Amino acid sequence: MAELLALRGVNTRIGQYHILHGVDFGVEPNSLTMLLGRNGAGKTTCLRTIMGLWRASAGSIQFDGADIARTLTPELARLGIAYVPENMGIFAGLTVSENLVLAARHGPLDAKRLDWIFALFPALKKFWHSFAGNLSGGQKQMLAIARAIVEPRRLLLVDEPSKGLAPAIVQAMIDAFQELKRETTLLVVEQNFHFARALGDAVVVMDSGRIVHRGRMAELAADEALQQRLLGLALDTHQ
Amino acid sequence: MSLRSDWLPLALLAAIAIAALPLMPSAPTWITLTIAGLAMGMMIFIMASGLTLVFGLMDVMNFAHGAFISVGAYAGASVLLTMKSATRASSLASNLAAIVPAVLAAMALAGALGWFFERVVVRPVYGDHLKQILVTTGGLIVCEELIHVVWGPDLIALPRPATLTGSVLFGDAAVERYRMLAVFVGLGVFAAMWLVLNRTKIGLLIRAGVENTEMVEALGYRIRRIFVAVFITGSALAGLGGIMWAMYQESLTAAMGMQVMVVIFIVIIIGGLGSVGGCFVGALLVGLLANYIGYVAPKLALGSNILLMVLILLWRPRGLYPAGK
Repeated sequence: MAELLALRGVNTRIGQYHILHGVDFGVEPNSLTMLLGRNGAGKTTCLRTIMGLWRASAGSIQFDGADIARTLTPELARLGIAYVPENMGIFAGLTVSENLVLAARHGPLDAKRLDWIFALFPALKKFWHSFAGNLSGGQKQMLAIARAIVEPRRLLLVDEPSKGLAPAIVQAMIDAFQELKRETTLLVVEQNFHFARALGDAVVVMDSGRIVHRGRMAELAADEALQQRLLGLALDTHQ
Repeated sequence: MSLRSDWLPLALLAAIAIAALPLMPSAPTWITLTIAGLAMGMMIFIMASGLTLVFGLMDVMNFAHGAFISVGAYAGASVLLTMKSATRASSLASNLAAIVPAVLAAMALAGALGWFFERVVVRPVYGDHLKQILVTTGGLIVCEELIHVVWGPDLIALPRPATLTGSVLFGDAAVERYRMLAVFVGLGVFAAMWLVLNRTKIGLLIRAGVENTEMVEALGYRIRRIFVAVFITGSALAGLGGIMWAMYQESLTAAMGMQVMVVIFIVIIIGGLGSVGGCFVGALLVGLLANYIGYVAPKLALGSNILLMVLILLWRPRGLYPAGK
């Protein structure tokens, strides 16, 4: 199957630091690809490079066949790529409704889609007029994801959606992502292997800015030795 | 935080006004000083509001903002001085026939200068505060010298239009007409800014951009265009404030912008960098205190703004209404 997103030999430098070293991987359409790795492996840099927030110094990034390595961030969003950063990037001084209105670039909020979002994240309906800064960590994560899907997107880039969330909220998030998988293509950075195993179709593992493994998530989930070799202590910590 | 969710700074404003009452010899004196303080605060707010938005949204330390104030004042004064017969007439309509074009000229020239500065001076130094301070201060000095070249180095007297001179009596309290106008204009500007920021999508974008520029871009908006629009609007407001300040002082010099910048910086720091609501409350606090202390203890008046800033920052280190970033 043709890949919706393909990175070929991507290098990223931030100031004097060389973070990504020839990153190669692809994301198949209508699938959820998990990007795993230890802290500092380059996962967040990878997502930010795809989103144009940092520039690739070499290599190509293809989205639906077109090279987007030099495309500006707003244009990437207009192509249908949505991004949920690790810090969630919600606008704390805006209400929940204002956060979503801002994300709906093509006009007013669609009532049907809003109902769908409320079904995924009921807390957002309850706190519709509350300032986003007053929400709990889990609710902020729900808002960040809701904002990314308030209109149909072709690719969702999500950075550590389970980070800092209580186990009950993580399960709710897994359920929500199962639903999202039916609608769009996702590339998700994650450190929680339980979360990754429950959702991932494909998996890419990074270490020190390089891809060290690509394959099916089911295969990695079934091979504890491989998990230990690729992810090491991170598994013990986050499982 | 916003005016909607945090009323303590507004309560402080009321508390200062009430606390000043027993210190005054009479209620009419208190009314006169309060209106004078509010008028001064409103004019400072008009001049400062653009700068706080530019800092909040674009992270730009624009010391050249003072030049926009001076240039606006000179542009407006030029119109008023060439329409002396209209400004001297005792009819409000005749006065307005001079004031409206003067205000438009002040805003247009200051806005155009702001556009030029954003493109030529500020754009190459985005993200570098030290260079911003250096080049915008340099720009301020160049503008001042250009004002000397165009309008001459001497102080220019600017009599107020006839219907804006004198006072209105409320009981025993005399309130200058011009100060009342300044209060109304200031309230109008604040209301317009509040409506734009809170009731329009462009306002949502500006408020979101003040908090997280990168995320606004990730949602598909070209923040650069918003930057330019805000810079021009902020400069135009500085021009409006400049001509109002010149009419308030009934004179203007090329250095007036630089002189008022000290108070403007105090106001935007007190208010919380990037916060229009904070700038509004901060400007009113500065205006009221300057008038009350100037009357009760004139020797302390010079230091009152600094003292206010220190106390506010001890209470709220990021200002009254910290905004994003």
